[in-house]
Amino acid sequence: MSETITLEVLRYHPETDSEPHFQRYTVPYRDDWVVLDALNHVKDHLDATLSYRWSCHMAVCGSCGMTINNEPKLSCHTFLRDYRGGVIRVEPLDHFPIERDLVIVMDSFMDKLSSVKPWLIPRQDRPLSAGEYLQKPGELQAFHQYTQCINCLLCYAACPQIGLNEDFVGPAALALAHRYNLDSRDGGKDARAEVVASNQGIWECTFVGACSEVCPKQVDPAAAIQQTKISASVDWLKDLLTPGAHR
Amino acid sequence: MDVIEIDVAIVGAGGAGLRAAIAVAEADPSLTLALISKVYPMRSHTVAAEGGAAGVIKDNDSLDNHFNDTVSGGDWLCDQDAVELFVNTAPLELLQLEHWGCPWSREANGKVAVRPFGGMKVERTWYAADKTGFHILHTLFQTSLKYPSIRRFDEYYSTDLIVEDDRCSGVIAIEMRSGRMVAFRAKAVVIATGGAGRVFPFTTNGAIKTGDGMAMAYRAGVPLKDMEFMQYHPTGLPGTGILITEGTRGEGGILINKDGYRYLQDYNLGPPDPWPRKKAMELGPRDRLSQAFWHEQRKGRTIKTPHGDVVHLDIRHLGEKKINERLPMVRELAEAYVGVDPVHELIPVRPVVHYTMGGIHTDIDAATPLPGLFAAGECACVSINGANRLGSNSLAEIVVFGARAGRGAAAFAKANPKPGAAGKGTQAAKARLRELFEREGGSDSVSGLRKAMNDTMESGAGIYRSEDTLQQTCGILADLCARYRKVPLQDRSNVFNTDLIQALELGCMLDVASALAHSALQRRESRGSHQRLEYPKRDDANYLKHSLATYRGDQPPSIGYSDVVITRSQPAERIYGGSAT
Repeated sequence: MSETITLEVLRYHPETDSEPHFQRYTVPYRDDWVVLDALNHVKDHLDATLSYRWSCHMAVCGSCGMTINNEPKLSCHTFLRDYRGGVIRVEPLDHFPIERDLVIVMDSFMDKLSSVKPWLIPRQDRPLSAGEYLQKPGELQAFHQYTQCINCLLCYAACPQIGLNEDFVGPAALALAHRYNLDSRDGGKDARAEVVASNQGIWECTFVGACSEVCPKQVDPAAAIQQTKISASVDWLKDLLTPGAHR
Repeated sequence: MDVIEIDVAIVGAGGAGLRAAIAVAEADPSLTLALISKVYPMRSHTVAAEGGAAGVIKDNDSLDNHFNDTVSGGDWLCDQDAVELFVNTAPLELLQLEHWGCPWSREANGKVAVRPFGGMKVERTWYAADKTGFHILHTLFQTSLKYPSIRRFDEYYSTDLIVEDDRCSGVIAIEMRSGRMVAFRAKAVVIATGGAGRVFPFTTNGAIKTGDGMAMAYRAGVPLKDMEFMQYHPTGLPGTGILITEGTRGEGGILINKDGYRYLQDYNLGPPDPWPRKKAMELGPRDRLSQAFWHEQRKGRTIKTPHGDVVHLDIRHLGEKKINERLPMVRELAEAYVGVDPVHELIPVRPVVHYTMGGIHTDIDAATPLPGLFAAGECACVSINGANRLGSNSLAEIVVFGARAGRGAAAFAKANPKPGAAGKGTQAAKARLRELFEREGGSDSVSGLRKAMNDTMESGAGIYRSEDTLQQTCGILADLCARYRKVPLQDRSNVFNTDLIQALELGCMLDVASALAHSALQRRESRGSHQRLEYPKRDDANYLKHSLATYRGDQPPSIGYSDVVITRSQPAERIYGGSAT
């Protein structure tokens, strides 16, 4: 008999279940399979009622974040070979309500994302006829890392502060605000500060750094938040000494 | 059924849908707008595009060059008025993305950088490293958040267009978190749901690319145009089908067979040197490169792997620094999914279904023949891609025609009255869904039928096609369609029922697959991505025409034809390699 591996998957159906439970599935073991492939095997061959989100299978659409053996991971980027011989426990991401099975309710994140005004607020208006804003490679480099976020929410699942205070704006949204603040074309830092530097913003972060550890795209939101704290403190000080000077 | 009254409904929130939404909001902020998608916008498959977007911006290039490359790349099946409009508008739209914050890669002087792509005379592809689609999508999504009139309906699966009084007057969707059906009564509708690569088993397309919007329009009586033209991208990873961007070759990567030989020189693409060289060898167009692989495989010069034959893509000579700067995702993907570090090793690749050139029949204004219905992006066929799309034209297409569709829909909504009360169309949609929920018995499953469809598309409608295999595929598809009408659901619940969604997606794919296979059967010539073994030559006398597949319910589609718009480039031989100009 060919090798198999056991998945232990959290099931929850709000129409029929009072609380979540686990269901075990035995699936073929393949060296080059990721956990998502195993879930798709379940869906196609064992149990069509299992629900989860996925699309790209190449770690860029951000749909398939799950808790895999207690760690937040992209299931399309987590290989069975790293769990060979064991049981793989698959649960929805922490810190979000469960909509069903492995599907979380992510409304709160969508609201937080738009609250930080994650769009370019031009420092200087420039008509299209004037061509592109010039931006040297070094200026691009200054914020490039923070453009890499795929909104997979692994950082929210890892962040202990989100667990304590669900209103905390959180790592991905704050990193995205920082991305625009650092963009040489942008002049919107003050407009974003209203949320970013509010009491649900950067100051809620206790610098555990779990967000950066789990980030599959090396965005390092913890660094973004610390840099924003320093920048906000400097602005505050400048404002105290000469009101409006930093603007 | 719950009813939401709206001025403009947009189905699909990827690059084209978001661009359309912004265009509507900018055209008139007082217009109400529903942006409806089966996924959150940032999950849309635009996210997976890698290499870049074409638009003339440098002094060494010209709009004529872009026009000529596109028309010859499309084997003269493009509508030249549409191509002209496209190449003229693309630079402005890409610039608009820059003004919205898209992190385009730059030259030392701060100007936007460009790279070469296949089939291009001059380098003109704007890029953001090798995550261009990702950055375009997120830039558009984030920018869309600043427009208060854009009301999103995330994770609503659209099932039907509402057509009344010879006009498209809305769309019906299922709210996935509740299972509730909603009728969006709209003055104008834009479809921007992307391609249908999932009709095939081995594809770069994400799970969501199931041709839903194409099927909705098709069932509502709008023809699907040029569906026989399906693009195989020459470099996908074996097993997963993950895309390795053409940018690898734009930066100087080469393709070699099992003997280490640059085999493309045997297929009218050489000589191999000097390299890199535009419009030659690895920078030939995708159709030619994928076809060359097929021949190499027949000659036994490819490399066997458990996931099918491959050739090797070699980018080692680019060096680690350049690879990290220009192609970081390629390195990540190859390391993760095939265990190869391209800095030191060869990347195994094989042709993979990538892009649906055909789609919903639209005119140059993104309007379909059904008043009030517009379409843009990969789901549409304008057509600028003809028989073979040039790499990096599609990311420009989604913004050029997305914006155009949005503006067209806004104007239509302002010029036309509100549709009447929801009528029999909504009742019929509801009844169809109820029937699906109530089915019992049978031995078929959604996944089983889907696999059978995938298999027959690959065996019958792949890189090379023949009368026999296409006939067989058409027959099997008819059988699968009949069985589909009886397939029961395993899951009859309401909340996030992905068994239901997959069943509905399969229905869409079967309709799209039938249109594709029948269009391919009827086109008895070889042109661009459509290659017929018995008819190896292009036949302009009979087939310099767009095919139009019209839905006929349980019957196979009828295939008609329309003229190609030719303005200033008469059909000629496509020439790549040493004698390319």
